[in-house]
Amino acid sequence: MKRQLESLLAWLEDRTGLPGAVEHFLDEKIPASGGCHQVFGSVAMFLFLTQAFTGILLAFNYAPTPGEAYNSLRYILTEVTGGRLIRGLHHWGASMMIMVVVLHMVQVFVFGAYKKPRETTWMLGVVLLLLTLTYGLTGYLLPWDNRAYWGTVVATKIAASAPLAGPYMTRLLGAAKGVGVVTFARFYAVHVLLLPPATMVLILAHVYLVRRHGVTPQPGDEALPKKPFYPVQVFKDTAAIFLAFAILFTAAVVVKVPLEQLADPTDTSYIPRPEWYFLFLFQTLKFFEGPLEIVGSTVLPGLAVLALIAVPFIDRGQMVKVTKRTVAIAFVLLAAIGWGGLTAAAVMSTPHEATAQVDYSAPTDWIQLSPEEMAGIAYFRDENCAACHSAGSSSGPDLTRTAVHKDAAWMIRHFKQPAAVRPGSAMPPVALADTQLNSLAAFLLKLTPENASALADAPDFAVRGAVVYQTQHCAACHMVNGVGMKVGPPLNGLARRQARSWVDDHFANPQKLSPGSIMPPYQLSAEDKKNLTAYLFTLPE
Amino acid sequence: MEERESEPADAAPGSSRRALLQAAICGLGAAIAGALGLPALAYLLTPSKSRQQDSWIEIGEVDRFQAGAPIEVAFRRSRADAWKVVSEKDTAWVVKRADGGVTAFGPQCTHLGCAYHWDDGRQQFLCPCHSSLFRMDGTVISGPAPRPLDRYETKVENGRLMVGPLQISNQRQV
Repeated sequence: MKRQLESLLAWLEDRTGLPGAVEHFLDEKIPASGGCHQVFGSVAMFLFLTQAFTGILLAFNYAPTPGEAYNSLRYILTEVTGGRLIRGLHHWGASMMIMVVVLHMVQVFVFGAYKKPRETTWMLGVVLLLLTLTYGLTGYLLPWDNRAYWGTVVATKIAASAPLAGPYMTRLLGAAKGVGVVTFARFYAVHVLLLPPATMVLILAHVYLVRRHGVTPQPGDEALPKKPFYPVQVFKDTAAIFLAFAILFTAAVVVKVPLEQLADPTDTSYIPRPEWYFLFLFQTLKFFEGPLEIVGSTVLPGLAVLALIAVPFIDRGQMVKVTKRTVAIAFVLLAAIGWGGLTAAAVMSTPHEATAQVDYSAPTDWIQLSPEEMAGIAYFRDENCAACHSAGSSSGPDLTRTAVHKDAAWMIRHFKQPAAVRPGSAMPPVALADTQLNSLAAFLLKLTPENASALADAPDFAVRGAVVYQTQHCAACHMVNGVGMKVGPPLNGLARRQARSWVDDHFANPQKLSPGSIMPPYQLSAEDKKNLTAYLFTLPE
Repeated sequence: MEERESEPADAAPGSSRRALLQAAICGLGAAIAGALGLPALAYLLTPSKSRQQDSWIEIGEVDRFQAGAPIEVAFRRSRADAWKVVSEKDTAWVVKRADGGVTAFGPQCTHLGCAYHWDDGRQQFLCPCHSSLFRMDGTVISGPAPRPLDRYETKVENGRLMVGPLQISNQRQV
C-alpha cells in the first residue's frame, strides 16, 4: 500500500511537479519568533473559501431578481434541507471574515510588519479589506427584505453625496431613480462575478509577496536558526482555523438570522440599520449636518483609507521589538475605543422597532388561518392545553395526530364535560364561552403533525389581535383569508393600501378618515388596537 | 526530510511529535470538511419538504361522463414549483368504467410524452408519435410505450369529479 502510494506520488511528481511544489511550499523557513500571532492570515483565507463554498451552495437555490430573490431565500430557509444552516454559515461567515481580516491587520500593524520591503504587501492587504467590506455591502441587499432594501437606500444615498463623483456613483450603482431592479442586478453582479475573482487574484499576489519577502522577522531573529513552516506552524494555523470554524458553525446553528418582510419601497416608517461593522460610519455621519454631511460620509472615510494605505510611508523607522511599539499599540487602542464608542452610541440611539416583527425565515403557515382559528391559538395558549396535549406528554393525546379525526361538535362537548364524552378522562372542563370554544375547535381542526410547529410559531401579537377581531365581530362586515362578509373591504393586503397610523386612527372615528363609511366607531384599548393593527398588517395579499 | 537535517539530535522524539502534529492537522481538516461537506450533500441531494398541499380540482359533474366514451377535459391547477406557484393548464382523459367508477388518465403517452388521443373507430387510445396503442383501462396493447397510462388520483364529492395529483404508473409491461 505504502509502496503504491509512493509510486503514485513519484508518477505525479514526474508528470506535474505538484508534490514537490507542495513540499517546497510547506518547507518554507520562518523566523524563530514566528508563532501563534501569525495565524490570522490563514484563518482569513479559510473563511474566504468557506464563503465561496456556502455562497455557491446558496446560488444553487437562489433566483437573483427582486421578489424572486426573497421567495427563493424563503424556500431555502423553510423547505430545503440544511438551507438554514448554509445561510447561517454564509451570514455569520461574512461578519467573522471582517473580524478576522481586521485582527490580521492589527497584528501586522502592531508588529510593524508593513515596513520596508513589505509596503506593497500591506497595501494589497488594505485593498483586500476594502473588498471584504464591499462583499458585506453588496450581499446585504440580496435577501431583498425590508432591512436589505432600506439599508441599501442609505448606502446609495451616501455614495450619491460624494463630492464630484456622486452622480456617477449613483449611475454606476443603478440607483439614479432610487434602489430598484438595476441596483439589485449590479449588486449581485459585483458580489458574485466581480469580487470573487478579484479577491482570488489579490490573495495570490498577497501570498506571493509574503513568500517573496518571507515572514517578517523580529529584531533578534538574525541570531537564531530559522524554523520550518511545517508542521508546527501549519498545526497552529489549522488549530486556529478549527477554532474559528467551530465558533462559526455554532453561531450558524444557534443564532437565527432573521428575514423580514418582503422589501416594501412604500414603507416610509421603516428605520434602516446597517450591518454592525458599518454602524460606526453611520454614527459618524450624525456629527455632520447640512452641507458638512459629505465630511462624515465621504471625506473622513476616504482620508482614513488613504492614511491606512500610506502607513508604511508614514512610519519609516527601523524594526523594533513589538513591546517597544507603544505608539502603534496606543494608536490601535484609541482606534478600538473610538470604534467601540461610535458603535455603542449607534446601537443605543437606534430606536426599537415600534411594531412587532414577524420572522419570515421560519414557515408562517399561521398567516393562512382564519381569524377564528387564530383566536383559537390564543385560547389554546391561555388554557395551557399543551401542558398535557403535546408530542412529549403522556397525560393527554398528542392533538396534532388525534384532533383531525374528530368533529367540532364532539370537541365542544368534550371541552365542556371531558369525562362525559371520554369516561375516565382526567381533563378539567375548559371554562370558556361557546364562541371561544368554537374558536378553539376550529384551530384544532387545522392542526396536523406537519404544520404544528409552524402554527406554534404564530406571534403573540397576531393571536391577540385575532381575539380582538373575533370579540369585536369584525367578520360580520370584513373578510380575512376568504372567511367573513364583504360589506366592508376585505382586509387582506391592507398593508399595501393604508398606513399603519391611518388604520389606528380609523377605529375610533371611521367617518373622519373615510367619509360615508358605515363602520361604527370602536373604542379599543391601546394594547388591543396595537395588536389588531399589527395582526391585520401581517395578512397576506 | 530537510527538517530532520535541521534537528538531527532528537530524530526519534522529533519524528513522533511530527507524526502527532500531522495527524492533528489531518484530523482537524477532516472534521471541518465533514461539517461542511455533509450538510452540503444533504442540501443538494435530499428532496425539499414542500409546504404546498396537493389540491383537488373539480372537473365536472360525474354524470357528464358516459361509459365507453372517453372525453378529454381541460382544467387549471396551481402547482408549486419550488418557491413559485404556477397556474397551469392541464388535461385529463376521463373514462367511465363499466362498474360506474371513473378513471382520469394523464394526457401524455408513457413513451416520450406525446399527447395521445382516443380513436373512436378502434376504441383505443392512439399515440401519433410512435403508434403506441392503449386499451380503455390504460394498459398497453402495442407500440414502444413501456408502461400503462399514468392516472390522476380521483374522488367524487357531491356528484362532482375531483382530480388530485398525477400518479406515475410503475407497472412494467412488455
